[in-house]
Amino acid sequence: MSLNSLESFTHNKYYNWVIKNLFSSWVNSLFTVIAIIFLYKIGSFFLNWAFFEADFRNNFQGELITDRTFCSKNIKPGEFGACWAIIYARWDQFMYGFYPVEEIWRVNLTFALLPLALIGILFDKIPLRKYFIYFTFIYPFIAYFMLYGGPGLNAVGTNKWGGLLVTLFLGVTGIGLAFPLSILLALGRRSKMPIIKSLCVVFIEFIRGVPLITLLFTANVMLPLFLPEGVNPDNLLRALVAVTLFQAAYMAEAIRGGLQAIPKGHIEAAEALGLTYWQTTRKIILPQALKIAIPPIVNTCIGLFKDTSLVLIIGLFDLLGIGRAALADMTWTKLYYEVYVFISLVFFIFCFGMSRYSLYLEKKLKTDNS
Amino acid sequence: MEQVIQLEKVNKWFDDFHVLKDIDLTVTKGQKIVVCGPSGSGKSTMIRCINRLEAHQKGHIVVHGTELTNDLKNIDIIRKNVGMVFQQFNLFPHLSVIDNISLAPIWVKKMPKKEAEEIAMNYLEKVKIPEQAHKFPGQLSGGQQQRVAIARSLAMNPDIMLFDEPTSALDPEMIKEVLDVMIQLAEEGMTMLVVTHEMGFAKTVADQMIFMDEGRIVEQATPDEFFNNPKSDRTKLFLSQILNH
Repeated sequence: MSLNSLESFTHNKYYNWVIKNLFSSWVNSLFTVIAIIFLYKIGSFFLNWAFFEADFRNNFQGELITDRTFCSKNIKPGEFGACWAIIYARWDQFMYGFYPVEEIWRVNLTFALLPLALIGILFDKIPLRKYFIYFTFIYPFIAYFMLYGGPGLNAVGTNKWGGLLVTLFLGVTGIGLAFPLSILLALGRRSKMPIIKSLCVVFIEFIRGVPLITLLFTANVMLPLFLPEGVNPDNLLRALVAVTLFQAAYMAEAIRGGLQAIPKGHIEAAEALGLTYWQTTRKIILPQALKIAIPPIVNTCIGLFKDTSLVLIIGLFDLLGIGRAALADMTWTKLYYEVYVFISLVFFIFCFGMSRYSLYLEKKLKTDNS
Repeated sequence: MEQVIQLEKVNKWFDDFHVLKDIDLTVTKGQKIVVCGPSGSGKSTMIRCINRLEAHQKGHIVVHGTELTNDLKNIDIIRKNVGMVFQQFNLFPHLSVIDNISLAPIWVKKMPKKEAEEIAMNYLEKVKIPEQAHKFPGQLSGGQQQRVAIARSLAMNPDIMLFDEPTSALDPEMIKEVLDVMIQLAEEGMTMLVVTHEMGFAKTVADQMIFMDEGRIVEQATPDEFFNNPKSDRTKLFLSQILNH
């Protein structure tokens, strides 16, 4: 009986996999053991810090933590757990910045509607997709009205926006506006018309040749000089312009890579059938080119989403800016690890989501048609 | 006879390379012309000039009384009446077979989708692969792809068809199925200009043979004369090479 079960165990496919991949030779076994010890040390330390030894809202004496002096690690020698109370206490700021508390439902509603606006363009085989797409086009107006205010809603100036709201606003709007612009730039760069072509080349190369920080400073300081007097766009809008142009230049290069992969014969066949340039572009070239360009496009989107944190240097409080503001507050100062781990986690969730989506698309497009 | 294509002293250069030298050619309605010659002789370039996939630099090309110039309107008119089949098929890989065929009728002729799809099915039956309508090009054999390409061209109802080495990229066992479709088309009275090395096909359908070398038309004759009594030495050499291998 016991012999039988041992035999079935050795034929188990997991057992075989482990033997084959982890313990195939003594060198391999040695590295496996070292790696397991290493992972155990790191992992157990992190878990202890983040969960088992950590304070959430109360410290080890059960007191509600209202400032850093209540954190267990600041009271009892030997305690090292994280003090997450700062995240609880500052939650509204992390999410909404200085948005008026009684109006926060507007931001929440806008956040809640965002997935509905995205689902239609991210997935093609969902029921009622047409209506989701309609909603995608209406969403920016709803979001503007909800966030900024208008008839029936109090105006909330963008100087009160902050935290995840600003990060998502810059990321989503920047990517959304840059996408059509980048398609035009990529097509323009391959145009046979010399003026259009050189305009696009100069634009792309100039933007790509300059750090985003420089663009942000430029937009912040110089944009008002180019606009008529009296028109004074607010800081967030200036940052949005810089972020959009930056993203458009990078995305245009990603798309151009896709355009170059389309065989000339497809274009000739479309021309021979009498399709116009725009028909050929829309029906033949872009569907194929964008498909090829998805991985690099998502790459630039992930990059941009993280780069939005640079706006803190022109005085905007994005997620990172709010975190630094929280650390500057004397009641919470020195809780660096908690704040930066939390911010990293939020960025990671969004970027990892984008990355998984891109993998899903690649797989799907590969099987859709060969 | 009604003249449908006239080429008059057509010259073309690729940078310094003089590809077409004083080409004169007249095609009448319903005529089938087979163009042959060694590679680099300019035969593909010549027929690609007829629907302006290449621009000529000197001389005149007139199709159905419309002269090809830089005027985009003229190019559009001519392309609507001239179909083209390529060596590499050039089907659109992201569209199903039926979408490949109905695309141009829908977008160029502004035909309702349903009507365009009916027309597409008719032509698929004509090239004998209606059962492949909902597959993608990548799932078809080369011969089937080329037949779809022919159906795609025909769906625009052209009165002239240009074939640029339509069987050169095919495996030998698939050449016949494509040539059969072309022979059928010829029998229905289509005006055809075919660049090919399929001499059996040429003997069956051609009214005129054209032999090109180094950018010139070296010889133009009926198939009977061309194969049995060629005049130029260059033609004789070419024929001996192509027929004996």
